[in-house]
Amino acid sequence: MADGKGSEGSKGPAGSKGPEGSKATRDGFGEALVQLGRENKDIVVLSGDLEDSTRAEYFKKEFPERFFNLGIAEEDIAGTAAGLSKTGLIPFICSFAAFWANAFGVFRVTVCYNKCNVKIIGTHCGISVGPDGATAQALEDLAAMSVLPNMSVICPADAYEAAKATKAIAGIDGPVYLRLGREAVPFVTDKDKPFVLGKADVLRKGDDAAIIACGVMVSESLKAAEGLSRERINARVINMHTIKPVDRAEITRAAKETGAIVTAEDHQINGGLGSAVAGVLARGCPAPMEMVAVRDTFGESGEGEELREKYGLKAVDIIAAVKKAISRKNNGKN
Amino acid sequence: MPDIRDLKEKARKLRIDILETIANAGSGHPGGSLSCVEILIGLYFYKLRHKPQDPGWAERDRFIMSKGHASAALYATLAACGYFPKEELKNYRKLGSMLQGHVYSGVPGVEFSTGALGEGLSVANGMALGAKIKKKDFKVFCLLGDGEMQEGQVWEAAMTAAQHKLDNLCAIVDFNGVQQNEPVSNIKNEEPVAAKLNDFGWNVLDIDGHDIGSVIKALDSSGSVKEKPTFIVARTIKGKGVSFMEGNPKWHGKAPNKEELSKALEEIKREKI
Repeated sequence: MADGKGSEGSKGPAGSKGPEGSKATRDGFGEALVQLGRENKDIVVLSGDLEDSTRAEYFKKEFPERFFNLGIAEEDIAGTAAGLSKTGLIPFICSFAAFWANAFGVFRVTVCYNKCNVKIIGTHCGISVGPDGATAQALEDLAAMSVLPNMSVICPADAYEAAKATKAIAGIDGPVYLRLGREAVPFVTDKDKPFVLGKADVLRKGDDAAIIACGVMVSESLKAAEGLSRERINARVINMHTIKPVDRAEITRAAKETGAIVTAEDHQINGGLGSAVAGVLARGCPAPMEMVAVRDTFGESGEGEELREKYGLKAVDIIAAVKKAISRKNNGKN
Repeated sequence: MPDIRDLKEKARKLRIDILETIANAGSGHPGGSLSCVEILIGLYFYKLRHKPQDPGWAERDRFIMSKGHASAALYATLAACGYFPKEELKNYRKLGSMLQGHVYSGVPGVEFSTGALGEGLSVANGMALGAKIKKKDFKVFCLLGDGEMQEGQVWEAAMTAAQHKLDNLCAIVDFNGVQQNEPVSNIKNEEPVAAKLNDFGWNVLDIDGHDIGSVIKALDSSGSVKEKPTFIVARTIKGKGVSFMEGNPKWHGKAPNKEELSKALEEIKREKI
């Protein structure tokens, strides 16, 4: 199913270099994977013939004997990785996030039911991937992966975090899904702060509302918070890099201290970060909540920025959502 | 050479255990369990290097039961080997039992949980590839059903095993010709299956899967062709050993009642070997 390479553009590390101070999460991953390969001889990498795009090719160049391109066969890749993991190896399997949907049944029974130590890397996530259009825009992966028992789900906000998460998940025994993007995103996290699975980071303080975001939407949320501050609204920004297990304590604290919650994700509105946060709030600390996400529709071709604008995933959309949540708080209409 | 007569006697006992286990549970899959009896006997009482007293022995050969619905056959085999007391078979499919309805890795001796068809061969490939990477000399065996050969993943895996020259891998298909509702050939005909596998780059052996001598010979010759995985096409009869079950799709996934059980056991006990 992986036919999305045609419009990949340039192939090298420069391919996804954006403006100064930005870098694609897939690049952070690719570089960290090579370092990991040097530190741990049990790391093996399987690719669905997309290693140039996923950046797994950096590992391939240095460790060809531990790299296997199994072709366009996502189910087989997932199953082979499961078998490899049972011999003590730690397989990282790399393809586009959209194409892992083909292997859902294998993730369910072979990988998760058997608690296999497999690391699933899904790049080119979200509507932000752009011109390849709807079939290449993974907008359901957080939902699909999160629902599986034993699976951990991570969506880093920038290349620093992607690199740290790549190294961290090699030390977690069990299946992990790591969701990465194609395009350069601004650095927003602290390079030196260790990545802790399931522990969210507060990137900006504020007590009027809290924006809980993941992936590319973290930088949009910071922009939104900046805009809101000019209107004397102090919004907290939380980087929820781990969607599962989600940081219940941080969500509950945010709800108690701010009383208005907005989630932001480049994903369908159903089953992703927003649903995870809503589940925590509903059971523990109900508060007015708004969700910035793709509204149960497929995407289309266009540049990432254009698409985020059309589908309501920009800072301006987050600002509107924050105001709405605050107004509901003040009206007592929970 | 092993004592063929003794293995045949073990096969007879295994059929009895399978039917009693399924009848006691009130559900299960007798047809595809009875068809793979000689294959499992050949593996567990002859070919596999394993230690029932030490299921996690690092050098053990690995066996993946891709046709996970035939769990009664594998569990009864493992009990016969001494992995756990035979008494335990009475808890098959019962709440809280380790003997889950489909093959479950929580059972001593079970390598991997299965039950969604088509997924096992990829896992076996991974183990065989892992053995090569880690320079281990254990072998990997995988038993598939013929129905599950309709799954696309099996053919993806078939390409992978040949591409990576997994000569430490032996797959076996229990080709009983009948799936849940109809004969395989009525649904998605797989023949000529041996030729297809040969074309996919495998060393293929086409044998009578109920003839213990042939099963043993085929298992022994797996790995003899260097740089090629071996696929044994074992021609079998669904429900083998019980006249009213043989070749009848009705007995794919239905437990015999008391009367049917006693009739079936009588036939099996009477069979000359």
